[in-house]
Amino acid sequence: MSGFDALGLRNRRAIPWASVPVESLPSFRDSVVTAVHAGWRVVAFFGLPERAGASRLLAVLAQDERGELGATSAMVEESYPALSPDCPEVHYFEREIAEQCAIEPRGHPDLKPVRRHPPDHAARSRSAVFDREAYAFSRLEGDEIHEVAVGPVHAGIIEPGHFRFQAHGEEILRLEIMLGYQHRGVERLLEQVDAGRSVLIAESIAGDSVIGHGGAHCSAIEALARAHKTPRAQAIRGIALELERLANHIGDLGAIAGDIAYQPAAAYFGRMRGECLNLLMTLSGNRYGRGLVRPGGTLFDIPPGLATEMGERLVRLREELEPVATLMLDNASVQARLEGVGVLSRQHCTALGIVGPAARACEVPRDVRHDHPYGLFRFAHIPVATAWAGDALARSLVRWLEIQRSIDFVIEQLGALPRGPIRVESGALQPSELVVAMVEGWRGEIAHVVLTNDAGGIRRYKVVDPSFHNWGALEVALPGNQISDFPLCNKSFNLSYAGHDL
Amino acid sequence: MLNFIRTRVQQGTRTADFPGGKPALPERFRGRPALDRSRCADCAKCGATMPSQLLQIDADGRPSLDVGGCLFSPEEAAACPRGAIQFTTDHVMASRSREGLRTERGEIELAGALDQRMRQLFGRSLRLRSVAAGSCNGCEAELVALGNVVFDMARFGIQFVASPRHADGLVVTGAVNTNMRDALYRTYEATPEPKLVIAVGACAISGGPFRGSPEVADGVPSDIPVDLWVPGCPPHPLTILDGLLRLLGRMPGPRAMRGR
Repeated sequence: MSGFDALGLRNRRAIPWASVPVESLPSFRDSVVTAVHAGWRVVAFFGLPERAGASRLLAVLAQDERGELGATSAMVEESYPALSPDCPEVHYFEREIAEQCAIEPRGHPDLKPVRRHPPDHAARSRSAVFDREAYAFSRLEGDEIHEVAVGPVHAGIIEPGHFRFQAHGEEILRLEIMLGYQHRGVERLLEQVDAGRSVLIAESIAGDSVIGHGGAHCSAIEALARAHKTPRAQAIRGIALELERLANHIGDLGAIAGDIAYQPAAAYFGRMRGECLNLLMTLSGNRYGRGLVRPGGTLFDIPPGLATEMGERLVRLREELEPVATLMLDNASVQARLEGVGVLSRQHCTALGIVGPAARACEVPRDVRHDHPYGLFRFAHIPVATAWAGDALARSLVRWLEIQRSIDFVIEQLGALPRGPIRVESGALQPSELVVAMVEGWRGEIAHVVLTNDAGGIRRYKVVDPSFHNWGALEVALPGNQISDFPLCNKSFNLSYAGHDL
Repeated sequence: MLNFIRTRVQQGTRTADFPGGKPALPERFRGRPALDRSRCADCAKCGATMPSQLLQIDADGRPSLDVGGCLFSPEEAAACPRGAIQFTTDHVMASRSREGLRTERGEIELAGALDQRMRQLFGRSLRLRSVAAGSCNGCEAELVALGNVVFDMARFGIQFVASPRHADGLVVTGAVNTNMRDALYRTYEATPEPKLVIAVGACAISGGPFRGSPEVADGVPSDIPVDLWVPGCPPHPLTILDGLLRLLGRMPGPRAMRGR
């Protein structure tokens, strides 16, 4: 190892770009692989053009137990020896590097496009690794094997994605997921547009994670601008993040109930999800919290009267939630329907670098709020909720535990808002610095990695939605399940297509 | 069993009084934007900080509004130093034409009903197919919400169906990106005639926050005829429902259900 972990890099603490080591390719590969085997986890791995024909690879790693981040880099031309064979959690990042930067990871076990677009972060004179129109699905051969293709236009109101099953009767033998249908070119936009527009784009990375992605964006900008937001702004942002978690977790429990045809819970949770969205609307003027989080703090305050009103509405909601959760999760037929469905093993979870509730349902207690605390979560703690079975029931239980903890947390914080202004000036960005801003969104770790150029503009903007880590979990959890259980399994992970596709 | 009954009683009836009652929208809700000409100094300062395509400034420097380009962000109102641009709490915004969303002061030309033949066909039973084409999933989340017990769109005979073959129309969300373009056309072609197309959200109307990206077409392409445009980012479920009922000629009055 070359001391990449001694940079002093932490969640939302910017460091000079010049301090990031530039290693030779073999030494870079060795640093990352050794660190991952020693318990570090890959947060982001991507490339940026450096000069004609040459790019820089940058890996950002996290040591969750110590709350540390590390970074290391290497120069690369047309190809480099892939890390994936020794470090499976980067296999998807390496496909992305091949697509975005037109660099080939040699020896990658499954080199395919991620989103199907022309290279948008390649060094000059490099030509694309992939043909946009070509995508080769892997295929099982056998007399009784059949193939089922689903999407991109699905049966319900669901985002577009394509799922290719190799099945024997009803049993899934293999699932391959082809995404990219929601690709809008978000990273390029964030590198090109002015600051006034960029926050609106960040809020639209995944429409159900407005506070999560908006917060990661603003925190990255604040760190680069040395803007220190007030405790009151931190508290309001923390409250909004938990309201977003509540809305989505409650909605997910309802949707899971819907997928197993348990209508009462589907209807009640569906309505109570709306109560959380309405709380965000009362606070920010928009049901998803758009317009609230901005560099330097927030645009809306919670005056004492509003804090009381929101607190009372949440107390009522808490009273209504409990019996419905009992009705659903204590019901033997519901348990039987969810148990053993879509099992993700703990080994797969750690090998693939899974994050969020999906990881916590495999007893892997990853949680940015706990491991890399920031803002409000440095002062007030939410216990990390885990379950062990890794199945659809465990993912439901983790959500219910998190709902209970978040609702208690928000009620408590509304009663103890620190005094002070809600926003401070967030001015020019420091030149040539690197920052990693992580947020525990309701799906898991959201990371925005931002690098400024020597004029203080944005040189590279990397977005890693938790779904980017987690789509692979669905592929490994599905074999052995029935095709007809696919919607349920998919819903129990509830990953974002837009967040992945960018 | 007792638990079922107890929970059912506790949950009560939550369906919104619609159309009819005044919707319970909070004070901070950002609905239809309005331009107060009396406060406008024609200084064109708004053009410099406006983060969206809400404003159109003519050759004389006079601004007007394009609600189809609005992202409903606080910054759009703040772009005018004299406070001439404000968001009202009015959720009623759907129009039959793209031009209907371009307005001097924010008075949208609200959607009128379909002709009699189409109303006879769809007025009491409308089946829609959702196509997300380069969206953030915010608009689709609100389409899903239309099915919950509060908005309960099914009570008006409107439902989302599983296949374009079963559908009377498409609801298109998203800026129509390169990777969904083909799927959108094929879904459109697979929908039997006569059919409706409803563009929901700023992206489908004008590209929304993704406007200008080489990966998107800045909204529904002109060769797909749109019957209803619903602004919002995302539109409130009542904005969508109001638009659908106007299209079907089922709103009580032309200006019914106005907020403040």
